Amino acid sequence: MSSTETHSTARRTAALWLLLILATLLTWHLGENQGGGLLTAALLGIALIKGLIVAFDFMALRHAPPLWRILVGGWLLLVCALIGLAFWKGSLT
Amino acid sequence: MLATSFHTPKPSSRTSPHLAGDLAIWIFILAELGAFAVFFGAYAFTRAKHVADFNTAQLALNRDAGALNTLLLLTASAFVVRAVQGAQMGSGIRDARWMLGAIACGMAFLIVKGGEYSAAFDAGISLSSSIFHMFYLSLTFFHFMHVILGLVILAVLWNGLRLGRYGVNNMNRLESGAAYWHMVDMVWLILFPLIYVIH
Repeated sequence: MSSTETHSTARRTAALWLLLILATLLTWHLGENQGGGLLTAALLGIALIKGLIVAFDFMALRHAPPLWRILVGGWLLLVCALIGLAFWKGSLT
Repeated sequence: MLATSFHTPKPSSRTSPHLAGDLAIWIFILAELGAFAVFFGAYAFTRAKHVADFNTAQLALNRDAGALNTLLLLTASAFVVRAVQGAQMGSGIRDARWMLGAIACGMAFLIVKGGEYSAAFDAGISLSSSIFHMFYLSLTFFHFMHVILGLVILAVLWNGLRLGRYGVNNMNRLESGAAYWHMVDMVWLILFPLIYVIH
């Protein structure tokens, strides 16, 4: 890896870290509000994006064979979808 | 540094698809993710039957502590990435300090979580207090144990970095351990909104 390449990957990591921190503060802030379907969807969407950043960038899955990207990315999607479904089910009663 | 001049990166190594770390650790990571998925699903679908109870109990949780712990794990993960990047460019010994920073963040997570547990126990909360508390305590403790294991792994990696064991042609152990740590972080990114925030 050349030093310019290293410099850019370090900057990329710092930028993604900042994005993750801001997303966490947003989640924390949104938690002050009353619940609701839209809010639940937004919070799950933020969690999904954060998880994908960690998986694809920090865990370097973007360089991995497609099967592994599907397995871990699919896990995140499935878990968020299941949670969304369960909360929607709970809102009906 | 002498080591840098000997390690010329293989041109193909960064372009062809490859897993960062050992196949075995990735299979282990999948098994862990499976276990957490079952836990998360059980929590969410049990909650669907006890919405009011869960919402009331959730409000009493320390959401600030949960958010602080998310910031700590994310920062630890970013530090681990920097340590791995350092080893890749041949400055692993110098960049071992990033790993030390990650370990500090992980330990701070345990302290914050420990404070939460101690406040809960002081308030008389136990596994049998309610279904919500059963889930809250068991799920977060299951994760807590993973943070401890992750910290042991990071400590081993820090030692290896310090001794100059990892370099561009010897990244497997470092990347495997890093992947495990990131998994622990990623799981918390779902756990935090699920248990502390969404209602």
